[in-house]
Amino acid sequence: MPLTVELITAERVVRVEQGVDALIVPGAEGQLAIYPKHAALMTTLEPGEMVIRRAGQEDAFVVTGGFLEVKNDHITVLADASEAAEEIDIARAEEARRRAEERIRRYREQADRDVDLARAQAALQRALLRLRVAEQRRRRTTGRPQV
Amino acid sequence: MATIRQLRRRIQSVKNTAKITNALQLVAASKMRRAQDRALQAKPYSEKLRAVIADLAAATIDPEKPAHPLLVTREVQNIGLLHITPDRGLCGGLNSNLNRAAGTFVATQREPVEVIAVGKKGRDFFIRARVNVVAEFTDLGDYPGAAQVAPIARLVIDDYLAGVFDRVYISYPEFVSTATQRPVIRQLLPIEPPQAETAPGESTFAQDYIFEPSPQEVLAELLPRYVETQIYEAILQNAASFQSAQMVAMKNATDNANEITRELTLTYNKARQEQITKELLDIVGGAAALEG
Repeated sequence: MPLTVELITAERVVRVEQGVDALIVPGAEGQLAIYPKHAALMTTLEPGEMVIRRAGQEDAFVVTGGFLEVKNDHITVLADASEAAEEIDIARAEEARRRAEERIRRYREQADRDVDLARAQAALQRALLRLRVAEQRRRRTTGRPQV
Repeated sequence: MATIRQLRRRIQSVKNTAKITNALQLVAASKMRRAQDRALQAKPYSEKLRAVIADLAAATIDPEKPAHPLLVTREVQNIGLLHITPDRGLCGGLNSNLNRAAGTFVATQREPVEVIAVGKKGRDFFIRARVNVVAEFTDLGDYPGAAQVAPIARLVIDDYLAGVFDRVYISYPEFVSTATQRPVIRQLLPIEPPQAETAPGESTFAQDYIFEPSPQEVLAELLPRYVETQIYEAILQNAASFQSAQMVAMKNATDNANEITRELTLTYNKARQEQITKELLDIVGGAAALEG
């Protein structure tokens, strides 16, 4: 029996997909691939890329952390923030990266002591993640060989 | 008796008011739909989270030895009230109902209460009432996002963990329907674990699951999110309640204005008739006098 995947954030239901062959997520203890008949599992998620594999197709999503439950081939992903690769606003992610880098640079040069370094680094990580996922999707859809 | 000129002016001014209230009504109606929609869209996440925590709580929580600081009930010395209201008025009795409920609540507590205000109307109320407002969050906009709620949740949780508050309540308008919004005050912290919906016999939950990294750590990740979700839901309901209440209030105002216009127009026409009749009589009388 194939998997059912629900990807939900606090703001909306991002995707509900049935007949899924495999789900690849950034789990707390490392990358995690879930196939049908997986044991019941609860895990926290790290920021990263989530991939839904279905009938030879791969759909990529950004997940900025959250939580995942597997129960009877039903997977619920409660993500802090998430969007499908094709929804990613590249200009906005670029802008976020630039801002985060600027904040980190100011902190390094001691010019601005108010910068919250941890937050700036987390923001940078999220921006880079979105850019990476969007870039990979672009490559895939333009027909270059898959990695 | 008002003169004809005064009546005419009065009618025009009521008509102008009606135009404004009607415009506000239309704006509120369209925003209301979107705000209600967002409140609805947030439901799956919070329901799922609640179910998971209920399961997890039933399995891992020993009432004698709580698994997480957010579940610990302490002796209450200071109370925090997260008071959520709209930023603006012109929404009927919504704000005064909310403030009255919260004000009564504060007055009836034995321990001192401090307020964290979300929304200008609640903040102003408690400042006037000389209750200590320790933090305020205003101008969240018509459609507040989860990202805007995160700092509020962080403040509440940090204050609770630091012992600034030993118990935190949340006060917000529950969105029942477009016509009804009910002020609600309930406990936010410490978390009272939701009850599992499964039958007691089914609770073989914890044994069956694999937890990564561990049940305690999963719980520690989930509980702050649970608090945040509750606040987020309350803020969405507040937004939906405000737009609904404003739409209803403005509709009533427009109807009233139209009614007043109708009555004034009637009076105006009568007065005009009288005036014409009087003038005619004068003319006829004058002509008769000349002839005679």
